[in-house]
Order: sequence, then structure tokens, then C-alpha cells
Amino acid sequence: MFKKLHITCDEATTICDKSQYKEASILDIIKLNIHFIGCKICRLYTKQNSKMTGLFKIKSLDCKGKTNCMTNADKDALKKQFEEIRK
Amino acid sequence: MLQKEITLNPDKWIDSYADYLFNYAVVRVNDSDLAKDLVQETFFAGLKSAKNFLGKSTERTWLVSILKRKVIDHYRKINSKKGQAEVRMNFYEDGENEGNWLEERVPQSWNNASEQAIENQELKTQLDVCIDKLPEKYGMVFRMKTIQEFETEEICKELDITASNLWVIVHRARTQLRKCMEDNWFNN
Repeated sequence: MFKKLHITCDEATTICDKSQYKEASILDIIKLNIHFIGCKICRLYTKQNSKMTGLFKIKSLDCKGKTNCMTNADKDALKKQFEEIRK
Repeated sequence: MLQKEITLNPDKWIDSYADYLFNYAVVRVNDSDLAKDLVQETFFAGLKSAKNFLGKSTERTWLVSILKRKVIDHYRKINSKKGQAEVRMNFYEDGENEGNWLEERVPQSWNNASEQAIENQELKTQLDVCIDKLPEKYGMVFRMKTIQEFETEEICKELDITASNLWVIVHRARTQLRKCMEDNWFNN
């Protein structure tokens, strides 16, 4: 039973990454929490990983707020090439 | 009831869809010049294969599906240039230490003052620098998953990779970003 719940630091960090995207299963979260009992380093890793997620979230909100457009000059150049191909 | 058949109107493609397609591409490749090239190739390919258009989807959906292929081709090109697809995670792979932290990878404590400055503009700029340093394919998957918040399934389908492959890439990207931010911001 306990053997099944034992995970390595490698597996713990993978679960930690998945949990940052809310994609870790409940069993995975249990295994991770059991792992934390004996592993300070993974606890620190997870704490810092959550901070990184906060940073990425800010970046994500920034990016979603802006739309990338082609300049009119780029569109004109594209139209020109497009016309040539169609001839 | 008869459904109205959709026909192609290439004369209006650039005015109607260039921005949408450009935005779609730039989010995925993070390079505006490359995105422009992909949009151009999409229009040319659309023109070439116009006879294959069945009229069952809108023009935009059809053009996006062509662009999607172009993005995948680009991604595959990167993949073949840099070797085989990822097989398994090897972050901590080291003989008898396998599965354990290696000394040089143990996370360092971050100083509190820098943690509090999370909204700082300079911090965002540093993060951009670190993201830009990621290998191209890591950067692409990371941006789609973390910045654009696409579903795992959607990314896997679009980039033709497995879910475990995606998590390996995400893990490596996050690890590199952590290290980059640790060296240039948190412990600076």
C-alpha cells in the first residue's frame, strides 16, 4: 500500500508541474503530499514553482490583452505578391 | 432545407483574414517575420488548392486549417533539426542518484524583497528575456500551454505530440525558466 504511494523527487516535480495547471489527479496530489513529509527540497521547489506560476499568469494576462496585427505596408506587399501569383 | 454553399473569394482574403491568421501564427511561433511568412504561404497554398474546398466550412476555418499544417511543418522542422522527439524525463537521471535531486539543481532560497516585487515591470522584462532564451520548440509548447492557456489535448493534436511528451517539454521549459530567473532576478 505505502509502496504504491512512494514517489521519487523526479516524479514529485512532474506532479508538481501538472498541478500548476490543475491537471494532476487526486491520487497524484496525495502522493505528492506524502512525499513532502520527508523531502524539504521538493517542498521548496513546489513553493517556488507556484510563485513562477503567478509570474506566468501575469504574463499571460498581458499577452491576452493585446492583439497582433499585420501593418498596412505588410498587407500591401502581400497583396502585390498575391496578385502576381494569381496572374 | 438546403444549406447555402460557401464559396471562396480570394480577392477579400487579405483584408478579411490576414490579421486573424497573423495573430494565430504569431502566438504559436513567437516570431512576427516567421508568422508573416506562414500567412503568406497559407494564402498561396489556399489559392493552389481552392478546387479542393468543399464549401462545408467557412473560408476562415479552411484557411486556419491550412495555416495549422504550416505551423506543424515548422515545428517538425525544428524537431528534426534538433534530434529526435523527447523520450523521457531525465532531469535527475544520474546513475545511482536517479530520481533524486542533484546538488547543482537543488532550488536556492529566493530573497523576500524580490519576491514581493512580482508586478514590477522590470521583472516582466526579465521574464521575457528568459522565455526568449528557451529552445524554440520548448518556447512554443510553453507559450501555448502557459501563456495562451491552451488545453493539453489541443496542443498535442496541433503539434502532433503525446501528452507525456508535452509534460516533459513543459517541465524542462519551467526548469530552465526557474534557473534563469533565479540567476538573474531572485538571487541578484
